[in-house]
Order: sequence, then C-alpha cells, then structure tokens
Amino acid sequence: MDVSQYLEIFLDETSEHLQNLNTQILALEQDPGNMDTINEIFRAAHSLKGMAGTMGYKRMQNLTHDMENVFSEVRNGNITVKASMIDVLFQCLDALEEYTTNIRENADEGTNDNEPLIKQLNDILNGGDGGEEEAAAPKQEEEAPAEAAAPSGANGDKKWLDIKLGDSERSVLKGAIEEGKKVYGLTVKVQESCILKAARAFLVFKAIEETSEILLSNPSAQDIEDEKFELDFSLIVISGAELDQVIAAAKNVSEIEDVIGGVVDPDSAATPAEEAEPAKAEETKPAAAEKKAPAPAASTPAASAASGKKNDEKKPGANKPVVNRTVRVDIEKLDTLMNLVSELIIAKNSLVSASAASGTSSTAVNEQIEYLESVTTSLHESVMKVRMVPIESTVSKFPRMVRDLQKKLGKKMELYMSGEETELDRTVVDEIGDPLMHLLRNSADHGLESAEVRKERGKPEVGSIFLDAYQDGNNVIIEVRDDGNGIDTQAVRNKAIEKGIITPEQAENMSEKDSIDLLFHAGFSTAKVVSDVSGRGVGLDVVKSKIEALSGEVEVKSKLGEGSSWIIRLPLTLAIIQALMVDIGNEKYAISLGSIQTIEDIAPSEVKFVQAKEVIQLRDLVIPLIRLNEILDVESKKDPNDNLVVVVVKKGDKQAGLVVDELIGQQEIVIKSLGKYISKCKIISGATVLGDGEVALILDANTLI
Amino acid sequence: MDTELKTVGETTQFIVIKLGDEQYGIDIKYIDNIVRMQHITRVPKVDAYLKGVINLRGEVIPVMSIRIKMGLEPDVETKSSRIIILKMEQQGTIGVIVDEVKEVVTLENDQIEKMAYDSKDDKNSFLCGIGKCDGGLISLLDLNSVVLENV
Repeated sequence: MDVSQYLEIFLDETSEHLQNLNTQILALEQDPGNMDTINEIFRAAHSLKGMAGTMGYKRMQNLTHDMENVFSEVRNGNITVKASMIDVLFQCLDALEEYTTNIRENADEGTNDNEPLIKQLNDILNGGDGGEEEAAAPKQEEEAPAEAAAPSGANGDKKWLDIKLGDSERSVLKGAIEEGKKVYGLTVKVQESCILKAARAFLVFKAIEETSEILLSNPSAQDIEDEKFELDFSLIVISGAELDQVIAAAKNVSEIEDVIGGVVDPDSAATPAEEAEPAKAEETKPAAAEKKAPAPAASTPAASAASGKKNDEKKPGANKPVVNRTVRVDIEKLDTLMNLVSELIIAKNSLVSASAASGTSSTAVNEQIEYLESVTTSLHESVMKVRMVPIESTVSKFPRMVRDLQKKLGKKMELYMSGEETELDRTVVDEIGDPLMHLLRNSADHGLESAEVRKERGKPEVGSIFLDAYQDGNNVIIEVRDDGNGIDTQAVRNKAIEKGIITPEQAENMSEKDSIDLLFHAGFSTAKVVSDVSGRGVGLDVVKSKIEALSGEVEVKSKLGEGSSWIIRLPLTLAIIQALMVDIGNEKYAISLGSIQTIEDIAPSEVKFVQAKEVIQLRDLVIPLIRLNEILDVESKKDPNDNLVVVVVKKGDKQAGLVVDELIGQQEIVIKSLGKYISKCKIISGATVLGDGEVALILDANTLI
Repeated sequence: MDTELKTVGETTQFIVIKLGDEQYGIDIKYIDNIVRMQHITRVPKVDAYLKGVINLRGEVIPVMSIRIKMGLEPDVETKSSRIIILKMEQQGTIGVIVDEVKEVVTLENDQIEKMAYDSKDDKNSFLCGIGKCDGGLISLLDLNSVVLENV
C-alpha cells in the first residue's frame, strides 16, 4: 500500500505525540504515582506504535512497542517508576526523535535498531515483574513483554470472552443449548495487510451463517460493516456443527490470519461491567494452552492491542482530554488567504482614495465605504487570529532541555514558565524557538552559579530560570530571567579588549549598557571553557539578528550577583500594520506607527548643534535630528525657513527625530517584501501598495537610530 | 556542429527586443510577462542599474535597467518602452526595461552561434550566443549574468 501521501500527517502527529510524551514523562518524574499521567503516556505511546506500524517503520514500531509494554506494567502497578527508568524513557524519546528526523529528511527511518534501549526496556519489565515472570525470563526477549502485557488484556487472544452477555442473550443461549445446539465464541483475526477488512468480515459472516446463527458480535455488526475495528472481531454463534467445522469455514476466507474459538458457557460468560476474574481465566486455560502453539507470534500485538483497547474502555470521560473541534490546515493555504485579505485591503484603500478624488462623495457611498472598512478590518483580524498559535508548542520542549542541562552541567536548576498560552503569528513562533533555547542555555551555563557558590552567597542551592511570556499592547514580550550571577561588565570589557573588539580607552568610557551590548558582538564569548552547551562564540549575535529579522528587539537587564533578564519584544503581526504616510520630496514613505512616539512642529531656530550634529531639545531630552531627504537622496520641496515636521521615533530607550516634508496621514498598510534582489538597502524594511496602485517604501526606524 | 543534435532539430524560442539599434534575444522560458512602462518607485541606496520597484497585480517587483548594467546610455522612456518580467530561479521575479519588443523567433540550434569566452569586450559577457535569422543577427542575452548582482 502506498502510504507516502500520509507522510506529512504522520510526521505532524508523531512530533505532537513525542512532545506530549516528553511533557508527560517530565510530569511523571515529579509525581510518579499519577495514574492520569501514566494513562496519557500509555495512550500516546500506543498511538505512536500504531502509526509507525501503519507506515511500515518497523524499528520505530518495535521501540514504541516495548515502551508501551513498560507503561502497561506501570499502569497495572507491577512496576514502580524509578529515576533510572525515566532516564531510559527519555533516551527512547530521543531515539524516536531521531527516527522521525530521518523519516522527515529521506522518508526512511534509518538503520539504527537501538537494541541497547530495547534491552534496557526489557530489563525494566523483567525486573519489575519479579518472581512471577522468572520462568518466562530466559525465553526469547520478544516473549517477555508479550507475557507481561497479557494480564492486562485479561483474555489475551480469546477476545470473545470479553463479549458481555445481557439477560436476553443469556436466555437465548440457554434455550439453544437445551435444543442440543452448541454455543461457541470466535475471535477472527484479519491479516494486517488486508485492505478491505469489512468485506472480509462480511465473507466470514456468510461462511459462518451457513452452519450457524450469529448471536452477537463485538464490535457490532454495523461497526464491522463500517470498518470500525482494528484487526480482529469476536462473535458468539449458536451452531449445530462442531467447533472445528465452524472455524474451518471462517478460515477459508482469504486474508484471514487466524480464527480462535471455544465453547461458551452462558452462565460463566462475562456479565456487564465485570472485570476479568481469575476463575474464568482458569476455566479457559486448557483452550489457552491449545491455542498457544499456532499463534505465538501473533499473541504479542494482539495482547497489547487488547490492553490498549481496555484502556480506552476503562476511562470514558474520566480523564479524557477535551477534544478540540479543529481542522488541520496547510500553512500555505493560510498564507494565500492572508494575501487575499491583503489584496482586499488594498482594494478598499483604492476605493477610499477614488471616492475622495472624484469629489462626488454622496453620503450613501461614504456609508458603504465605512461599512466595507469595518468588515475588512474584522476579516483581517480573524485571519490574523487563525494564524496565531500559542507559543506553547515551542516552549514546551524547554523543561526537558533544562532537565538535560542540569545533568550535563552538574548544576541544580529549575525552570518556571508562565504565559505559554500567549499567542503569536505562526511564522514567529516557529522562528523564535532557537533564540529562546540559546538564551536559556546561556542562563543555565553562564548565568547560574554552581551549587557551592550559591550556598556561599546565601542563595537557594537550586537556581531558578524563568521564562515569561505576555502581551503588551501590539507587542508580545518574552522574558528569560535567572537568579544567577548577572553579567560582569568588567569581565565583558576585558574580554572585548582581549578580542580586539574595543580599545582599552574605549572601555574606560563605556557605560554599563554599552558593555552589555558587547555580548551581542559577533565572535564574543566570555565562557572560559568552551562547552557544548554554549560558548562557541556564535550565539548571542545570532540570537539578536534572528529576533531583528522578525522585527523584534532584545534588551538586557542585569545586576551583578542578582541575575540577569533578557527581554524579547516581538510584534504581534508581521503582515499588516498601521503606518504613518509621509511625503519626502516627491516620494511617499511609510513609517510604522509602532515606533512613533510623537510628531512635533519645530521652528528652524530651535535646532541646535552638538558635535556638529543637529539636535532638538524636547521636554528636557536632547534628540538627534535625522534629515530623511539627505539619507534618502531626495530634494526637499520645503522652504528651509519653514517649520520642520519632526516625527520622533524610539528604539528601546533611544529616540531620534526624523525630519519629513509633509504628513499624509495614518493608513493600514500591507507589508510586501522587496525581494532578495534589492536587499542591500537596510533602511527600507519593505514596500506596500497604495490605494492608487503606486508602491511606497516602508522606512525601518530601527536602523535609522 | 554535432550531427546528433542536428537530426533532433532542437529549437529555442526567443523574444526579440531592441536596445538602441541592436536586437537582442531573450529565451522565452524565463519570461513571465511583458507590461507597459509604468511608474517606478525609486529605492534609495542601491546600485544605479536597479531602477526601483513596481506594483504588478499587488506584487512588488524590482526593476532593473539592462542599458545601465551593460554600460549603455540610460533609458529614455518612449511609447514603445516595455518592462519584461523575468522569472529567474535564483533571484526570483525581476523586471527589465527594454526600448521595444519586436517579435518572437524560433531558432534551430544550428542557427545559434555559441559565444567564445575569450572575448575581452566587457559587453560580450552578457551574451551567450548570436542567432542568425532572416539575414539579421540577434544577440542572445545570457540572463543570468545580466541579472547577477554587481559585487
């Protein structure tokens, strides 16, 4: 069967399950007895196994299968959760991650069997089972998990024993027996490769009905018809023929792997809601021994499937995660939708300018335009919301990472996260992961002191790292904070001198803030020992450029001895912004409203000179002036004696006044990339199409300051 | 010329454009569209041959001048001026300004004379061959080097 078309979905879901497993196993480490967590883990492992099996990734399936067995035993209380076990499980997850990466890259899971891991898993299983399993232990390794999982399935292969008989069926059965007929239970297994399972099942029904009457089936006949069953189904039949005849008839149907049957005693068959009790198991033992021979290999998947099924039955609603009513949509389709909305907004803008230009502004037209405006605005907002995803998907891998760092660095630390539900544009969420990871590693490696040093300084031995996310106006702030040593600016300066980034004289006059900014200089690393955690000298500058590429900014606050915090400020949306349109010479430019502080009207006489540069004084602040016409190489149309129109923009704490010719007004603009071809121009961050179809460039105030 | 190639009789279609008095051919497979001259928004601080950007059905497309890139006289906008929109593998979509678009010609491979690389003339580096058609000569543009950024 060609499964390549499902590869995308498989990869998506696998990463989701892996992430879920990571989170849950971490939770399990904190609270080893939590049944909900264990059940959740079991479910995720089971789904993973099923998916890997369907896609034909055998190695992945084997590994998840053994993991599932371990969880199954944990769930049954036969194994207690130990730290060593958690470590093994995490290694398993890493191995699975590796498989997934391989599959993603070349549609092949690779050749690593991860035998040591499978062996460790089996050791856990055997160790946990203690005395009972000793006899089984010397057997094949494969057999051990099968054996171990069997009790949870209660009836193993003979699933027909799970069929619950109601009173009416019971009396029918009794009547049949009195008539001299026999009652059999059958479990039919369909081959894994079978595609038309329902059709095969139908043929089995037909074959059996030649000699017998089918009283009950599990799942129901309707579900079987709809193919709502995995690889097997069970029947209770009333027959005048011998058991062997009935089984043979069913087996004659092609693509049927096995049929297992036995005589049913209506009195002892399971009553509703009854747990499999030992007595019944005893009773069926002879049959079990008999059946063991033909299907030893098949027993493994069947048993675990049974246990999986039981798991599902056992918890209706109790802890079932609320299923979101969602659809999976390709991000490209969303991009197309977003582009169309952008087009619509441009068209709306053209309509506004056309109606203004024609001068025939009747109130009816204006009303409709206003209505259109409000509709497009809400449409834009909704589409933006669709593209927004909680940062959770990115940050949820960090607790695991910090746990690993803790072992690797030999420091004690704890990660506290808040605001995981904060939403950001999908593209930003995807990109922000690496910079955040780097900052966290940085905090863990450079920020936090070792336990001894912390003790000496009177701090709690366990270091804390905080990751907080929250929305602030049109921005989202992500803050990485630690209570470690903070940044030693003197050490930073010395290092910078050593590296030749600054001269000793420059260092003398450097402010704290400028010193910290040195950290973002390419090729700077203060760690004395280069570890594989951080300190390769690439990093903070990459972090900074990555965040700036997302139109965000990083700010650092630090207090020596008390810790440091890295504040990342990201715009909520990237595609459509409110902007101030300005005239410079004969050209129109847009300035993002987000960076504008105020707009001032300044008389030429108020312009002062500091270090031969023009400045203005505004509410006790000295602000440098930037004449945009000079920077953009255009002739200003303005009389030099007229008052200057100054747009004051800020970047962090810094401000600057941009001198423009004329203000046009505020407008919602759609940001379009200038493309790779014109990338040299740093002061232009993009372009937008105006209402009249003309292109206006967007000034990047950040690079001007 | 290779006899095998000849028997196959492979042909290439070119759009013939004019820059000044000379005819140039652009391989049709790169051409996405041909549009009339329109207002070009200047982008500051870029190389002179980059004339700016235009709005092509909502997309912002950079436009360059082949004339300036090849060291010819700057473009003079006339009624017959056109912008040819090229789709390049590496650089994406780019518009180039030409004086006039004449026709489409189909050249067989034996009508094309490959350009020798030993030429010292700077302008020749933008050509990949000469096409002979109806007695006239068409300089076939090597678009990759035309579009390539000046380093």
